[in-house]
Amino acid sequence: MALLLTEEQTLLRDSAHSFLAANAPVSALRKLRDTHDDTGFSRPLWRDFAEMGFPAMLVPEAHGGLGLGHVEAGLVMQEIGRHLCASPLWASAIVAASALRHGSAALQAAWLPALARGERLLTLAVDERSKHAPQHITLRATAHGDGWLLQGAKCFVVDGHAADALIVAARSSGPVDDADGITLFVVARDAPGVQIERVAMLDARPTARISFTHTAVAADALLGSVGGGAPVLQAALDAGRAAAAAELLGLADEVFARTVAYLKERRQFGRLIGEFQGLQHRAAALYVDIELARAALLKAQQSLDANDAGASNAVSVAKARAGTSATLAVQEGVQMHGGMGMTDEFDIGLFMKRARVLQELFGDSAFHADALARARGY
Amino acid sequence: MAQTIAEFRAEARAWLQANCPPKMRQPMSSEDDVCWGGRHIVFSSDAQRQWLQRMAERGWTVPAWPREYGGAGLSGEEAKVLAQEMRALGCRPPLQSFGIWMLGPALLKFGSEAQKLEHLPKIARGEIRWCQGYSEPNAGSDLAALATRADDHGDHFIVNGQKIWTSYADKADWIFCLVRTDTAVKKHTGISFVLFDMATPGVSTKPILLISGKSPFCETFFDNVRVEKHNLVGSAGGGWDVAKYLLTHEREMIGSIGDRAVAKPLGQQAAALVGLDAQGRLADALLRAKIAEFEVDEAAFRLTLERFADQAKAGQAEPAFSSALKYYGAELNKRRHELLMAAGGSDALEWDSEGSRHGFAARTWLRTKGNSIEGGTSEVQLNVIAKRILELPGA
Repeated sequence: MALLLTEEQTLLRDSAHSFLAANAPVSALRKLRDTHDDTGFSRPLWRDFAEMGFPAMLVPEAHGGLGLGHVEAGLVMQEIGRHLCASPLWASAIVAASALRHGSAALQAAWLPALARGERLLTLAVDERSKHAPQHITLRATAHGDGWLLQGAKCFVVDGHAADALIVAARSSGPVDDADGITLFVVARDAPGVQIERVAMLDARPTARISFTHTAVAADALLGSVGGGAPVLQAALDAGRAAAAAELLGLADEVFARTVAYLKERRQFGRLIGEFQGLQHRAAALYVDIELARAALLKAQQSLDANDAGASNAVSVAKARAGTSATLAVQEGVQMHGGMGMTDEFDIGLFMKRARVLQELFGDSAFHADALARARGY
Repeated sequence: MAQTIAEFRAEARAWLQANCPPKMRQPMSSEDDVCWGGRHIVFSSDAQRQWLQRMAERGWTVPAWPREYGGAGLSGEEAKVLAQEMRALGCRPPLQSFGIWMLGPALLKFGSEAQKLEHLPKIARGEIRWCQGYSEPNAGSDLAALATRADDHGDHFIVNGQKIWTSYADKADWIFCLVRTDTAVKKHTGISFVLFDMATPGVSTKPILLISGKSPFCETFFDNVRVEKHNLVGSAGGGWDVAKYLLTHEREMIGSIGDRAVAKPLGQQAAALVGLDAQGRLADALLRAKIAEFEVDEAAFRLTLERFADQAKAGQAEPAFSSALKYYGAELNKRRHELLMAAGGSDALEWDSEGSRHGFAARTWLRTKGNSIEGGTSEVQLNVIAKRILELPGA
């Protein structure tokens, strides 16, 4: 398959771009931050997203979705990155939807149509440590009558403060760090013993720390098989990683465009600073770096859509590359904007903060380089 | 009925399996394993000879060239599939040459019909080996400052001057050469692109000994060399356009240098040298981290090459992007060999021993230092990107 967008995909990208440019400028994020907005995203904008069909993209048509793929979802995520748009799209419509697609028919019917309409928000609760380690699961699931009891805690749950339900990765058997013995449950936010602490991150976006104390869940909350949750979790992580990489790429593109524009307008020593070769070479090297991330991302998305055996590796390459490219883009962006780049008034700092969060989300560049090395037998 | 791409893949795979000698599916381990072709070709094995003959008969040494010029007339998609199948089976390239990578594309675009028919089939069959007369002692990064003169004598030119860094000039049969045919005009407009036989009286070469202990480059001297006018490609004074077009192919060729080598992934090569720990990880943790980062970048670069080829086929490619490929590919290859030297430890320092295959690792490492100099330095490539793609002021 050619590493190019189809005509339909280009149209989707263009329409997402115009919509976000008109309705979700960076100033909207600033306003959410400065008004200490409790939700952390705009509900009216989320309803507009639903009208555009964004939350329905990865949901199968049988459950009221559009049945599109990761390339399409990634195009919307790129525009979200470009505009620093706060929305629960990633947590609910990409990560949670990708997990739910592996659930029983009843579970899918219960959640996916409402998720696709944007009426219900779900999110994945997987991390227990500050560094992503998705098999390091100590949250305990114990059989209890017909159902289960959950005991433990999760952190860095994106949009966990606003979610209607949580997809919880629990350990039903086996030692910590074992891929076997992981079981997933869909847990309503108001289930007994669930405590949700809203935590605002440096990018002004809320996440949650969530504890489960003797939380009883019914047997029909099971997502996938008992002890066999690892492949379902992998599907959700792959989808989330590819989409986070897309957001990083969109963010890098925007920061780079703003930085190159600044090089063409800022004058010092009687000339435009873009005339200095010291800056030209750095800008050119950054351009190449971002193009590498672009090719890696498209390959990862196509591999996921084709169910390739090597899809997880391709996703690791994309997440690692997008993370380093975006990090370089925001670092060079702040530096080349000089003192202005350090001010809160200028947007560049907002991009730097978001890039830092996305870099950690579902594994940073080092995590994914390590994953690739393991897969290749060293 | 048209063949589908899946049918083409199956047929190509079956043919390669039946026709590629097992020896030609081993990773290349020395320069003798590279088949450059030419009048004085010496095959390192019967398998190498067979492999070249079989592939040339099928037009698969230059699969995308038209059949009348020695190719197989494959579509871009088919050529990509053939390359994938060759990689999957570990097949070595049957023939590598500057004729294939550089002159061929330039002749296909700028050559006359007679020039194409005369030169392209011989390139495809590996009968004539070409070298490139571009750089001069005082025209390196500033290539258009070249001073080799070609004086008009009616039906022929008389060429005088000197080239430098001419790759394998001492082994080449013909040269494609930039010469100045007009000294009265601006430097870019007085240049012409000519072809001539290296056996012509007045041509001499002198190998340059490099830090690798090898001499892949020569100084090349022209003393009243007669070049027939029918060997002028394009118009007199129009050579810079041909030169630039050819340079984009040279940049892509150098950029893809790491991609052509049929070798095991670097991490696995390092594992064989350094060993694994109890967890199955490379025993040197810091080296492992650097190699893992390298392999991420290498994978992304390979995909960038693939994407560029797909864009080129679809007419969507950014023309100056070859500079990006050249810049990154050269730097990546230098990184690869720094890491290989680190993995090899003192074994990789041996220079003459049989065990080190006469210093193969060390000599290759030293040779790669030229990757970011030849074909336009990394700095020149960054200048091109700044000017043509980013449109920065004064670049």
